[in-house]
Amino acid sequence: MNKMQKALRELAEMDELAARTSPVHALHPAAKLLATIAYILVTLSFDKYDLSGLVPMVLWPILLFQISGIEVRSCFYKLRIVLPLVMAVGLFNPFFDRAVVLRVGSLAVSGGVVSMVTLMLKGLFSLMASFLLMATTPIDSLCAALRKLRVPKMLVTLLLLTYRYVGVMTEELAVMTEAYHLRAPGQKGIHISAWGSFLGQLLLRSMDRAQELYSSMLLRGYHQHFHYVDVKPFRSRDALYLGCCVMAFLLLRYVPVAQLLGGAFVR
Amino acid sequence: MIEFQHVSFAYEKDRPVLRDLSFRIERGEAVGLIGANGAGKSTVMKLMLGLLQGEGRILVDGTEVRRETLGEVRKKLGFVLQNSDNQMFMPTVYEDMIFAPLNYMVSREETDARVDAVLERLHLEYLKHRHNHRISGGEKRMAAIATILAMEPEAILMDEPTSALDPYNRRLVINIIRELEQTRLITSHDLDMILDTCGRVILLSEGRIAADGPAEEILRDRELLEKHRMELPLSLMGR
Repeated sequence: MNKMQKALRELAEMDELAARTSPVHALHPAAKLLATIAYILVTLSFDKYDLSGLVPMVLWPILLFQISGIEVRSCFYKLRIVLPLVMAVGLFNPFFDRAVVLRVGSLAVSGGVVSMVTLMLKGLFSLMASFLLMATTPIDSLCAALRKLRVPKMLVTLLLLTYRYVGVMTEELAVMTEAYHLRAPGQKGIHISAWGSFLGQLLLRSMDRAQELYSSMLLRGYHQHFHYVDVKPFRSRDALYLGCCVMAFLLLRYVPVAQLLGGAFVR
Repeated sequence: MIEFQHVSFAYEKDRPVLRDLSFRIERGEAVGLIGANGAGKSTVMKLMLGLLQGEGRILVDGTEVRRETLGEVRKKLGFVLQNSDNQMFMPTVYEDMIFAPLNYMVSREETDARVDAVLERLHLEYLKHRHNHRISGGEKRMAAIATILAMEPEAILMDEPTSALDPYNRRLVINIIRELEQTRLITSHDLDMILDTCGRVILLSEGRIAADGPAEEILRDRELLEKHRMELPLSLMGR
């Protein structure tokens, strides 16, 4: 199995995670979506030096991981390619912001280091929340929820088809990479001289397959409606979940939980 | 049931793929559409389904295939694609099977009943909740046929239904096709399968009908087949 085939399998495994049953999976997709958006907005709104305020925000994803039965390590494993990119966002802050903002014992910590860690955590938490949403909600249910929230048909269809086409493109890439390596034994990666034609072929083949896949959807009655998705009505427990989440986020945002807890133990 | 009246089509100007094609398929008939590569077999199907627009008239159950009637026409025609991966785009077999009926506003109870009936008929109950990426190519082809049967279309179009299948799965697919009551139009290079499943054969060559008649008669005509870059089915070859 080559790297691309592994990637494809991992992509398909996301569908399997979303098909599991748990109290989180059973929630209305719109409630989960709105809660995730609220979480990300609140997380991103923290000041760049407010590390102690931000840290308690990790409680929500951890709680959801526990309730949904999804392993935290599977999240980190599947996000292993994106995580370094997100973590690299604030990498240069320590060079620009050298003012000392706190001391840990005799160690002086500059504002740049604090803001770098804050940025990394913001990225990490947001990715974890997005992963949880995808791992507990099938893509079609998510799209149906977006439609219920009156997001334009075109945008929702774009999201759905992008998700489907990522798989198609990866499949084509897997086939082409395998064919290439069979005729270029011992070569690492794809030689730069072949990149142009390789990418061109990949695009053409993916387009052909994507067109056939979309035709297959149209031929089975798809018209940008999600009649085929079994989305239960928005119940009181969904509203309760959303309300509790938003209140908890606001509480964590405006009440210095970490400081209060620290104050309780350290006098 | 399906009628082509003087249909012509070209992907590029001056290079027609179909030229003044006329034929009629009666309700319940099983017709094999054969021809060498590039003869226009797949194009015929795509025109029928409204995926391409050509000249002339195509009627499906009395309804002309036009932009405005596509919904009505497509509800009556189930299309089994050659590449089952493109057909099975939902996570599980069950979700793929309910896709079309629910889109056509069939109730969930009725849809579930259809799914169970089709799976039982094809002896595929064990596939119901399996994930599509975890089933074999043969199972996927069978499941693809099941998704179309759950639509309860009036006619079923199949593009190379036995390609890339091992002999056992090929036989299973042939048996399924033989048991269908709907009108069937099957394109394939597997002439033995066509002989097994179709009573009538239309031989396409360079966009025209080269022969149209009983399968036994056409598929035994070595001269005719060889003239159009084909061969006798293996089962009819004297050894």
